[in-house]
Amino acid sequence: MSSATMTAPADKKSHSLALMAGILLVGLHVAIGLLTLVWLPYDPTAMAGGRLEGPSLLHWLGTDRLGRDLFTQMMIGSRIALIVGVGAVAIGAVIGVTLGLLAAFASKWLDDALAATLDILIAFPTLLIAMLVVAASDTANLWSAIVALGIALSAIVARLTRILAKRVLVMDYITAARTSGSSWPKIVAIHILPNIWPTLSVNFALQFGLAVIAEASLSYLGLGAPPPNASWGRILQEAQGTVYTAPLGAIAPGIALVSLAIGVNLLADGLRDAIDPTRRAR
Amino acid sequence: MILIASLFIAAIVLFVLLRLLPGDPANALLGVGATQQQIAAARAQVGSDQPLYVQFVSFIGNLARLDLGTSFVSRASVLGEIGNRMSVTLPLTFFGFVVALVLAIPLGILAAVRSDKWYGAAISVISQLGIAIPVFWVGILLVTLFSINLRWLPSGGFPLKGWANFGEAITGMILPSLTIGLVMGASLLRYVRAATLDVLGSDFLRTARALGASFPEALIRHGVRNGAVPVISILGIELASTFLGAVVIERVFSLPGLGSMLLLAIQQRDYPNVQGVLFISTLLVLLIGFAADIAQRLIDPRLRGRGRALA
Repeated sequence: MSSATMTAPADKKSHSLALMAGILLVGLHVAIGLLTLVWLPYDPTAMAGGRLEGPSLLHWLGTDRLGRDLFTQMMIGSRIALIVGVGAVAIGAVIGVTLGLLAAFASKWLDDALAATLDILIAFPTLLIAMLVVAASDTANLWSAIVALGIALSAIVARLTRILAKRVLVMDYITAARTSGSSWPKIVAIHILPNIWPTLSVNFALQFGLAVIAEASLSYLGLGAPPPNASWGRILQEAQGTVYTAPLGAIAPGIALVSLAIGVNLLADGLRDAIDPTRRAR
Repeated sequence: MILIASLFIAAIVLFVLLRLLPGDPANALLGVGATQQQIAAARAQVGSDQPLYVQFVSFIGNLARLDLGTSFVSRASVLGEIGNRMSVTLPLTFFGFVVALVLAIPLGILAAVRSDKWYGAAISVISQLGIAIPVFWVGILLVTLFSINLRWLPSGGFPLKGWANFGEAITGMILPSLTIGLVMGASLLRYVRAATLDVLGSDFLRTARALGASFPEALIRHGVRNGAVPVISILGIELASTFLGAVVIERVFSLPGLGSMLLLAIQQRDYPNVQGVLFISTLLVLLIGFAADIAQRLIDPRLRGRGRALA
């Protein structure tokens, strides 16, 4: 396992190894996800073979209980996981960064109130908020899951943005910019965002992994996107009943999930070290 | 004070989230093809015909008296049902937590003290899985191994008589607790390891060694107390998230706990049940955080002057 070297973070070479492994894993999923847009081995909704067939040259991972090709479903799973991750992080980033900046600029009592509310929202786990929002939308679809996760993640992003922005706001160069006549929007664009961006983007990578796992959990609970959106979570849920005859169906989606989540985390670690070489990871 | 203020904010959040659910809660009481009078009567019964601020005031008033109402679907008392479900979820959380502690503390310290050895490194790498692995998948894998292939333990379920059927209840708890414990233990281990590394690099440990204490002696007398402070705050968060994350695990093992109650209530639009479960969960999560805060103050006298958190 190439990530074995991650545990000696003081070593420069191991950093780049972790980063490489991260890029490889994420790149693989991105490549598969893009490929599904133009080509799939089988029609994902049609019976491609017998029920619960074992792996063969025709069906690399066998077929599910309805005779659908499992490898095809897994490929679509990559695409869905990436859409969910990117979508949820984008929504979480827009809402979170806006709220966080507002809190950082707000008067004392408004800032305190926002900070306390965020602390409580964070105490609600992502999954519970997502369950409620998904239940709130009449028809469960992929977008309701993405919006739900984005909203849940935004509390975490907002808290981090607030802390980071407050740290920048007390700097002398902000005072200098203010006295030389820069407007607040200009200060945000020129001084604050560029300064907090490196830390935020590493956090976004971690949130991406969380969102992918949370969506799989939602789908597993039956609150995710309906067919033909073959989310890894739903494949797992469907395969759980036939785990004795077709164990691959319950193993493969899990491996795909873990490989994407680990890949994103390695990428985040590598990015953090690349951005801040003085940081001593532990 | 802070605890009560937090609960109040949590109640507001809860109220807003619940009103986001589409459809009138009164619909849950009605069959298909109900008449206008029946709809109006049902709305009056659940109070959804009142203006929002009236609903909010009575909502807060009821919560303050711990009056959680009765289920729209089963007509049973919500608090009573939560009590029944707790008899599954609380032991599950507790056993899972114990497994996590038993795994994470010794292994985390070992991984830090022996970080130059291959097994120290191996422990750290495996613990990285903890943040990347979905807990329900671990559950499915354990069921595949221990229930289906080895046939040692049941794949799920809980005796109808509950803990009165002690043997069956305990065997039903083993795999779910192990699942929670493994995943939670892995992420906890990373914090224990980091805290230990901090302690190992500290001046006070070097001083203790210079004054003649042996390495294990110095580590136990000075290291544990110092290292425990950051770990306890993480423990609080982990315990809370385990308790609330039980919803997925209960589904994997078909356990009749609080999580399955919430899932069913959401599907049935059973507002009183959804609201009751979420309120009691939030209360417990806040209490856990509070307890972690107090434990930290007991261990580290330096934190005691840091403002009062006691309500």
